[in-house]
Amino acid sequence: MSSEGYEFTLKSTIKDLLTYKSGIFGALFLILLLAISVYAIVALPYDETVRLWRGEGGVWLENPRNAQPYWVKYLGQNLPETIKRDSTQPELGGTVKIVTPIPQTDMKLARISFTFDFSYDGFPSEINIFFSAKYNGSAPLLNIYWVKPSGTEIRLLTYIPRSQEDKLYLSVNQQAANALSLYLNSVLGKSPSIPLPIEYSLFAVEDSSMNSSATAKPLKGTYRLYIDGTLFGKDSDIDAKLIVYGRVYGMAGTDNQRRDLTIALLWGTPIALAFGLTASATITFLELLLATISGYYGGKIDSVIQRITEIYMILPFLPILIMVSTFYKLDLLVLILVVIALSIFGGGIKSTRALVMQIKEYPYIEAAKAYGASSKRIVFLYIIPKILPPVIPTLIASVPSYVFLEAALAILGLGIPNLPSWGKVINESFNAGALYKGYYYWVLEPAFMLILTALAFSFLGFALDKIVNPKLREV
Amino acid sequence: MKTLAENILECKNLVLHYSTRKGVVKAVNDVTFSLQKSESLALVGESGCGKSSLAKAIIRLLPRNIEKYSGQILVNGQDTMTLSEKEFREEIRWKKISMVFQGAMNSLNPVLKVGYQVAEPLLIHEKMKKHKALEKAKEALSIVGIHESFVERYPFELSGGMKQRVVIAMALVTNPSILILDEPTSALDVITQANIMNLLKRLKKERGLSYFFITHDIALSSELADKIAVMYAGEIQEIASADIFYKKATHPYSQKLMASVPTLRIDKKPEFIVGSPPSLINPPSGCKFHPRCTLAFYKCTKESPPLSDLGSGHLVKCWLFEEHKEAERYERRTT
Amino acid sequence: MNEELLRVSGLKKYFEMRKGIFSSPIYVRAVDNVSFSLGKGEAISLVGESGSGKTTLGKTLLRLYKPTEGQIIVKGKDITYVDTKELMWYRRVTSIIEQDPYGALPSFFTIYRILEEPLLIHKFGNSNERQKRICEVLEKVRLTPIEDFAQKYPHMLSGGQLQRVAIARALTLNPELVIADEPVSMLDASVRIEILTLLKELQETLGISFIYITHDLTTTKYFSERLFIMYAGKIVESGKMFEVIHNPQHPYTEALLKAIPDPDAENRKILRDIPPGEPPNLVNPPMGCRFHPRCPYKMDICEKEEPLSFELEPKHISLCWLHNNRK
Repeated sequence: MSSEGYEFTLKSTIKDLLTYKSGIFGALFLILLLAISVYAIVALPYDETVRLWRGEGGVWLENPRNAQPYWVKYLGQNLPETIKRDSTQPELGGTVKIVTPIPQTDMKLARISFTFDFSYDGFPSEINIFFSAKYNGSAPLLNIYWVKPSGTEIRLLTYIPRSQEDKLYLSVNQQAANALSLYLNSVLGKSPSIPLPIEYSLFAVEDSSMNSSATAKPLKGTYRLYIDGTLFGKDSDIDAKLIVYGRVYGMAGTDNQRRDLTIALLWGTPIALAFGLTASATITFLELLLATISGYYGGKIDSVIQRITEIYMILPFLPILIMVSTFYKLDLLVLILVVIALSIFGGGIKSTRALVMQIKEYPYIEAAKAYGASSKRIVFLYIIPKILPPVIPTLIASVPSYVFLEAALAILGLGIPNLPSWGKVINESFNAGALYKGYYYWVLEPAFMLILTALAFSFLGFALDKIVNPKLREV
Repeated sequence: MKTLAENILECKNLVLHYSTRKGVVKAVNDVTFSLQKSESLALVGESGCGKSSLAKAIIRLLPRNIEKYSGQILVNGQDTMTLSEKEFREEIRWKKISMVFQGAMNSLNPVLKVGYQVAEPLLIHEKMKKHKALEKAKEALSIVGIHESFVERYPFELSGGMKQRVVIAMALVTNPSILILDEPTSALDVITQANIMNLLKRLKKERGLSYFFITHDIALSSELADKIAVMYAGEIQEIASADIFYKKATHPYSQKLMASVPTLRIDKKPEFIVGSPPSLINPPSGCKFHPRCTLAFYKCTKESPPLSDLGSGHLVKCWLFEEHKEAERYERRTT
Repeated sequence: MNEELLRVSGLKKYFEMRKGIFSSPIYVRAVDNVSFSLGKGEAISLVGESGSGKTTLGKTLLRLYKPTEGQIIVKGKDITYVDTKELMWYRRVTSIIEQDPYGALPSFFTIYRILEEPLLIHKFGNSNERQKRICEVLEKVRLTPIEDFAQKYPHMLSGGQLQRVAIARALTLNPELVIADEPVSMLDASVRIEILTLLKELQETLGISFIYITHDLTTTKYFSERLFIMYAGKIVESGKMFEVIHNPQHPYTEALLKAIPDPDAENRKILRDIPPGEPPNLVNPPMGCRFHPRCPYKMDICEKEEPLSFELEPKHISLCWLHNNRK
């Protein structure tokens, strides 16, 4: 007796899905990805994200460059986080600002003192001071001093801001470097053959370990940087912001443009899902339609569709896509359309057509003809609903291929500009030589997301396949 | 002088349960019967009652998802359940007991020649040399009425009836004494079926074969049966000789089965059995037939009846007869 | 006498098979020169083994195949070569009941929706009227309670219940002719009688003309007054049921009757006297009478010429040269 014996309603399918381990994992991963997508879209609106990702207006300036994710501290060293002190934000603590006018002059004396604790096992990556000075004629004259926990005080440099908003890149400042070099000479007796970077010298324990950056250790304790300034003009004022850049930042670290990678990882999710699902669903349904028409009507239509399919199957997909994207600027919509156009006559047509040709011999089709159903009705109401279940697992399982496709294009540099997708992140990391420089997280994190997506859909696809295909079912 | 009936095959309390995702299928539930030498036992029942499972249990062709497999299967007095798989394969399967499967015509390998396939059991079980096995194959084919030239043909060149004969030849080539036939004529047309039945009758007479003949077609069962066993929900409900069964089946289910058979020459209106066969995963409590039985009473819903012996090997699994026997025994005691 | 509903004359249906692009086509002569007529409200049984052409005959009568030659006249209209587009009225007037209850119903529709399809296609009334009709038809096949069954899916029903749905579907548009192709052969033996009884009742109460196609001769006794025996694409005998069964006039019918057992303990002791061999291949059937290679009464003429149709009594027809001299 031929018995289909099984019908697929959403509820029964989900129930069955959960009896397979692969189904459970797939579903969990998928829910995770969906949750991330929803969060990304809600918490970070698209335009905002694109703007941020372009880095307009120096939004990232206060982030460290190439920082690892903050949780690496559980894996090993306690790497420094970014420490900020701002004279305009006393609530951050550790700041004292005193401005005293000098009587009978237009001048004022200003002192801004930043104090902070440094108890990390690693050195900061960078130190910058941002000045916000108010003056009419002459810019203030600033002396910058550094006080180590041991109490030693070093005068680093004298600085005159060049504009009302100015940045002092302390870590690359020659004056400061010289001052430190002299100081170290006096303390250690000789200057190290290869001078340490400024941020190392400022924090290092002063002994022979300072000979190389590998052995240098930071001195833990309370540090102080103070600025003694002379202001000119009755209305003059000075504010400063000290940023001691850490080596860790956020959940995912930062890239070489100081951008928070969590944004890219988060936003990459809805992009990947949207692209993958749209491409996969559209292509699968169009292929389904073509295969059904081809299989059911037979004859000339069948021959034409099959020959076109065979030609398509020979054409190399990726090279053509690359060609197209070198000539035309791609955005997400155009990319999807091109991918769909290049895929609808794909190999899936052959197998679905075989299925259609089987189904069209089923008695219920003949009975439908006997009570007067037209060919169109039979195709859409009788055949397509029957071949839909077997086709769904393929649809799901092929989503990762399209996700990888978008990532691959991005890695090749042909992705959609301004879109913070995972492939884009990998592309930028390669361009910046991330692996050579040891910034593994930069490559691994988007790779991990890609793998997670692939696993989610593949697991679901396998489990669904077992449900839909009784022969694969375990007894 | 006729020796006391030697049972060539005896099953005692045979149990076969499968585990599936939906639960445990109790396909064979405590089955006991015996088959004498040169006797035919027909096993009849509706589809899904466990007949094929019983056959597979006897010849030990079991799937992987076995939950329980116990009982005794005595072949010529020897309990085969104690044999290892290797021993069973070498001594019993296709040596003492062969089987012809349902849809057998479709189980011929389409890419091997017919002669080779008939010879294969000899190559495997008796490790015979190829040319000798082929000779035996030709013999087997001619016994079933197929000309020896067919050893060079492929299955697709044969008609349905011929393929069925080839499969019977395959089963006979190792000279077994017991042949299990599971719906051997299911896909054949009526005249070919009658021809195959003629063949089986002849073979039984000429070679003294014992048949275990499984079918759902009661009329067809009368073509071979010396004894009939009725199976329902994994249990044997009645065993009776042919003379008794076809005239006066005793178990309520057997009676209903007989009443539902359409007859060509006898004028009778067939009656259908209300309800449908029960699930083997969740069978009814007590007597498995009680939901469909018009004669059921309270005890039938609670306890499963034993097989009552009505004399001369006539066994019935029904409380009506157990009660009757109780009454008889009581009567005898009080008189 | 009843008025005539269906008249078939010289109907042939050959299927073309091409072995290669360059070889000439060969034909499977599934239905070869069949003629008969069917009255209004009349039921007939068409018996044949697999490969006899009986299914092809049934489907050709329904115009699911286009006839190769011959004529089919229904209610006075010649429908033999008419374009399928103009046969919508015919689709309403006829129905089919298929052999496989599991495959005959679309598995993704509810029972209600399955029964609604013919009504929707033929634009039968509004949704209330359709609902009424569906309930009527479910009652007729005794699938009650209706609310229960209407929303079930086919996989939830047993074979017998599915076949009832198929019967209900065949009745939705009040057909005048129903062709049932082996309607019970895939059902359990115990269910067969139930379904056949139902079909017979419906046929009688609704006065529908019925063609019951089967390979099981025994069941035809309970179904119809007339019996048609088909062999190798031809109707070799037809007549009143009782006559044909108790007084067969064709060697093939005789062989069939001899081959069928009734449950009888004596059966195991006798060998049946039946012809050997199997039905012929319809691509190259034997010359002359198609049964002659197996016929115990074979004469010379049987190998050369196809027998004519001999009418023995009113309406008892046999396609056999044995009756030649009697004329």
